[in-house]
Formats: sequence, C-alpha cells, structure tokens
Amino acid sequence: MTTSRWLAASVLTASGLVAASASAEDLTLCWAAWDPANALVELSKDFEAQSGHTMNFEFVPWPNFADRMLNELNSGGKLCDLLIGDSQWIGGGAENGHYLKLNDFFAAEGISMDDFAPATVYAYSTWPKGEPNYYALPAMGDANGWFYRKDWFEDPAIQAAYKEATGMDLGVPETQEQLMQIAQFFQGREIDGQTRYGASIFTERGSEGITMGATGALYTWGFKYENAPGSYDMEGAVNSADAVEALEFYKELYQTATPPGYTDSYMEQSLDAFKSGQVAMAMNWFAFFPGLYADPNVGGDKIGFFVNPPQKVAASTLGGQGISVVAYSDKQDAALEYIKWFAQPDVQQKWWDLGGYSCHLDVLNAPGFKESAPFAPDFLQAMDAVQDFWQEPAYAELLLAMQKRLHDYIVADQGTAQEALDKLIEDWTEVFEDEGKI
Amino acid sequence: MTDSPMTRAARATPPRVARRIRGLSDRAIAWIFVAPTIFLLLAVNIFPLIWTIRLSFTNFKANRNRPIEWIGTRNYERILTDSDIWLTMQATAHFLFWTIFFQVLIGFTLAWLINRKFRGNDLWTTIIVLPMMLSPAVVGNFWTFLYQPQIGLFNYVVSFFTGADPSSFQMIGDVNLAPWAIVIVDTWMWTPFVMLICLAGLRSIPDYIYEAAEIDRASNWRQFWTITIPMVLPFLMLAILFRGIENFKMFDLVVQLTGGGPGSVTELTSINLKREAFEKWRTGYASAYAIILFVTVFGLASIYVKALNKVKER
Repeated sequence: MTTSRWLAASVLTASGLVAASASAEDLTLCWAAWDPANALVELSKDFEAQSGHTMNFEFVPWPNFADRMLNELNSGGKLCDLLIGDSQWIGGGAENGHYLKLNDFFAAEGISMDDFAPATVYAYSTWPKGEPNYYALPAMGDANGWFYRKDWFEDPAIQAAYKEATGMDLGVPETQEQLMQIAQFFQGREIDGQTRYGASIFTERGSEGITMGATGALYTWGFKYENAPGSYDMEGAVNSADAVEALEFYKELYQTATPPGYTDSYMEQSLDAFKSGQVAMAMNWFAFFPGLYADPNVGGDKIGFFVNPPQKVAASTLGGQGISVVAYSDKQDAALEYIKWFAQPDVQQKWWDLGGYSCHLDVLNAPGFKESAPFAPDFLQAMDAVQDFWQEPAYAELLLAMQKRLHDYIVADQGTAQEALDKLIEDWTEVFEDEGKI
Repeated sequence: MTDSPMTRAARATPPRVARRIRGLSDRAIAWIFVAPTIFLLLAVNIFPLIWTIRLSFTNFKANRNRPIEWIGTRNYERILTDSDIWLTMQATAHFLFWTIFFQVLIGFTLAWLINRKFRGNDLWTTIIVLPMMLSPAVVGNFWTFLYQPQIGLFNYVVSFFTGADPSSFQMIGDVNLAPWAIVIVDTWMWTPFVMLICLAGLRSIPDYIYEAAEIDRASNWRQFWTITIPMVLPFLMLAILFRGIENFKMFDLVVQLTGGGPGSVTELTSINLKREAFEKWRTGYASAYAIILFVTVFGLASIYVKALNKVKER
C-alpha cells in the first residue's frame, strides 16, 4: 500500500470513529422507583450494546413521582429524554406539548399499534382518548389486583372455622362482598400465636392512593365519570346510587377489616403489611407480583393471586404507563431509537421474562404465556376490564379533589358517601368550567 | 507616628478615583453603598410580591400554555367563601393557639427550673435543647413510628399509664386525636427554643431587685408576680411572636407526620396553599390565597409588635 493510500485509509478510519462517537448519546430515562424499573435497567443493557448509546436512569419514588416529573415537564426541563409517565398524564403531555407525537415515527418505522393490547393503546398512548394520535408506546401494562396467604386459606383448621362462621367454603373471593366477608373473618384472628388482620387496602391521602383503591370498588359497582363519554355530564353518574353503595362498601372494608394504623397506606405499606404477615389479603399493582412471588418468607407456595373481584360488573383500576419522548430533549433521535428497539417482539418477550409487563400481543397471546407465571392469567383477565381515572390535562386538580373527598369520608369519617360524591361533582364542575370544557 | 488604616486607604486610592469621590456628597456615597442591597431587596422581595398581587387577579396556571385572563376579584371571592379553606384556617388556628400555649407554659417552667443553680445544670440544658437541633422532616418521620398503634412507643406509654389497649387508638389516624398529635410533636420540638429565650430573660433580671424585695419581706410568690413575670414578659412576647410566625407557615413537620390527614383535619393553610400552587397549578388562585395569608400575618404581627413595644416601654 502506498503512503497516500495509508493516509486515505487512516483519515477514513478516523472520520468513522468521530462519526460513531458523535452519534453515541447519553440518554436519560425517567420513571418511578419500583421493581419493574430494575428490570428495565437490566433489559436496557442490550440496547446499549446494540446502539452504542449509554442509558442513564432517573427513578423517583412513587409518592414524589408525579410532583417531580410534572414540574420537570412544566418547566421545559431537559433532564429526561424518555419518560415512562403515568397514564393520566397523557392529556397534559399532549396538549401542553411535553410529549412528542409519534404517529409519523411509527409509520416510518413500521411500528403498528395493532400489535399491542387495545386497552393499553387506548389508555397509555392516545389523546384525545381513542383517537389515532399517539404520544407514547405502551410500555408497562398494569392493573390493581389482589394477593392472599394461600397457606392460611388452605389450612384445614382455618377452613373449618370459616365454614362454621359463614356457612361457606373459604376460597378466592368471587365478589367484592365475599372479599369483605373473608377479610372480616381474618380480622383480629390468632394465627400461629399472632394477631392477624383482614386486608391491606389503599388509603393514602397525598398523591393518588385512596382514589386508586376506592375506584377498585366503585368500578365494579358500575361507576362512570360521565353519563356519556366526552360530555362532562357527571350528575347521576358520579353520584349514582351504585356509586354511593360502592363507596360505603369501601369505607366498611377499611373500618372493619384492615390493620390498625393503616390510615395513609399505599403500595409500600400494603407490601409491608403482607410481607410482615399481618394481613390475609392485600391489594396492589400487578407490577409487584413477581417480587412477591419470589419473596422467601411469604412467596412461593404461601401466596396466591386474584383479579379484583367483580360485583355488578368485572372491572379493575388501571395502572401502567406508556413510554414517551420528551419534546424538550436534545437527543430525540436517540430516544426514538430506543422506542424502536423496545417495540420489537423479542425485546418485549425479554421484558416480560425479566419482570416487566409487556403489552405486546405477541407476548400476551403466546401459547405458554398463561403458564409463565402464577399471576399471568389474572393479569390478562384484569387488562380485559380496566378502567382509568380522567386523563384530562387538568387531571392533577381532578385527582386531588377526589383524594380529599374520599379521604374525608372514608378515613376521617366525615359526612356521608352521597355528600362526598356530590361535593366531588361540584369540585370537578369547577375544574371543567375553569378549563372551558363546560 | 504611623498612619491610620483610613489614611493608608486614602493614599492607596488612585488620584482619578479619589478626585471623583471627593466630588460626591456623603449622601451620594451612602446611596452607593446601600444601592446593591436595595436592588436585591426589590428584585427578590418587592418585585415578586407585586407580581403575585397582579397574578392574583388572573386565572393564570403556570403549567398551561394559554392566554392569561383578567378575572377581577373572583379568586378572592372564591377563597373567602370556600368552607374548606375556612376549615384549614380553623386547623391552623387550633395548631397555633395550643402549640404556643404549651410551649410558653412548659418553656417558661423549664427556664425557671434551669435558672435555679443546681448540679448538672448545663448538662440538662443541653439535653433539653436537643430536639430543636433536629430537622423537622426527621422529627416528623420518627414520630410517625412513635405514634404507630401496633409498635409505637407513644401508644405503649399511654397504655402503661391508662391501661388502654395500645392498638385501640390512633394518634395520627383519628380525626379527634390527629390535631393534638401535631401539637404534641411541635411542642416537643420547639419548647426548648422558648425556654432559651425565657432563660435569657430570667438571667437579665439583676439580683439586687430580688434582694431589695427580700428586705421588704416580699414573699416568693409576690416576687414572682411583681418582679419575674413583668421583667420576663417582653422576652416571652418575643418568643410568642417568633413561634407564631413560624407555626403560621408550618409545613414540613406536619406533612411528614400526617400529610394533612386524616381527611383534611390537619391540613394547615401552608399545606393547602402548596397543593393549590404546585400540585393543582392554580397559580392565580394560589397567589390570591398567598396575599390573603400575607395580609393576615402582617396585620396580626404589626398589632402584636405595637403591643410588645408598649410592654417594653413600661
């Protein structure tokens, strides 16, 4: 090789290296600090290896997650390139220009929303609801479910005591009322020399806890936010007789079947109550179920799972999130690259294997999916009947109003269920009037 | 003879600068020195205040891209006619009154005891002031454990004295007990502060006044009411002013302890205001709310300071 050729080759190699280093970005993905986030860190190592980009993570504990991230978005912050934001943020994310609209990108890259479970696309990706305007890729399917002490439920002595007390066989509750009956049976009962309690439920005041818990009952009684979707006509829907009954039910469950002191309890407290052996049953998000099943003390054979029991209809409170590209990011191309990689079926399968909840139909419809985890069938069942809170841009105001009204009635024991729901309509009406929607 | 520092500084000043300064009046030089402070004060305090007043007449939301509308006094009308806001005012008044009452009572008693010379006096003073050295967030957090009905030490202590089942009552989960739960914690934390101020007051009373009273055969009780209390009163009033202002804006400790619950029974005005401003993002509304609170505190504090000055003049 002549000197000039060596020189040309060297220049080409050097320029190639420069190009490679220029395209390698430091991406930051923001999410809540919880079990699935650890799985995502593990999963993302494959992306780093394939793309050359470096992934950084900003995980915020759930009680501060909304505050922290919404402040970040509202201030046009560049901390996050990718955000796995809560489903209720989609309206604000879209209307306030925080999230990049992904339709053109999906079309260019051949990513079809038909490949994802319809309920998750509707809840996590679209704004206005149900319209084909996509601001996120469904990332983490989730719903509020239940788990119980299978070893206690299968204990012959406890089964006999339950039969004697209620005349029924002890088993997984099939209705909300059965759930209450079982919880009340366990309340204050001595098992293995310790006092146990019925159920740990969500009662948290500060962020979203009590709303997420109580809507689990409300939805199964047929609760609706509006008489007709998009009408903002709430009178008779939000405060219907069924809604009042459901709210009274949740209050009775709280008062008669939960451990003392659980007046401000959410995900963490629910897990603590169960793991410490205080309660026979607990509600929480499916996201925690892999970790619970693996728990050396209460997992394995000792734990069972069930979907939120129906009352008048089958329904579960929706959790979960979509992954969005933050509009203020300077690294949008690399962030979109991550989404393209994440949408691949084999990556989605690995996501499920690691403990994340994939929304991809190739994963959910795979022949072995239902057998892949003890809670997998319940997850599918729950996702078939999920309902979500308002996803309006003013969702925070709507949510805080509901938090206040529910906590005042359920935990602080002030007023009646009817009054709580009537006041809630007043609060929400004021918000929608301010928004110019009614 | 050596030069004074001022002479040396004058000599070191370059002639051009010296000539310019020589042409300035004392008042102008004073303004030059004060101007940066005034500018900072205007930028950091006065401008935001004026801006907040302006926003309080609008429907501005800091998280929304929409035009600001001038809505007159609607925010003020809403706030002053909102029964929920009045409940938070009541909760704040309850907290304010009882914390100050207990802190003054216990703080003064402790100061009076500490002021008597005894062995280990300094050690006890140090031990007593420890709580106020802690972070309010830490105090709030660990008192949630102390109040825990199943494992909390507080419930067991009450149970020991009353015979009640420890898990039969919930200090931070019960509507009737929660307002007292936050009073107890704030009293525990800030009584030492009142004690220190009272102690300073007690130690400022000259011994000869008591000696003269003894010569006049005044009883201890009479000395207490006619010498101790009147002479400590300005200090006590100062302590009440400090604690009143601090507790009117109480936030961190109560948020950690109860989060404003159960329901909204411990939702003090500052917590409520934070929710309106930075969780609901009703910026205009929250500005009006802040102005109402500012006027309330400023008005009450002004009246109180006048009373304090009168007491000092006596």
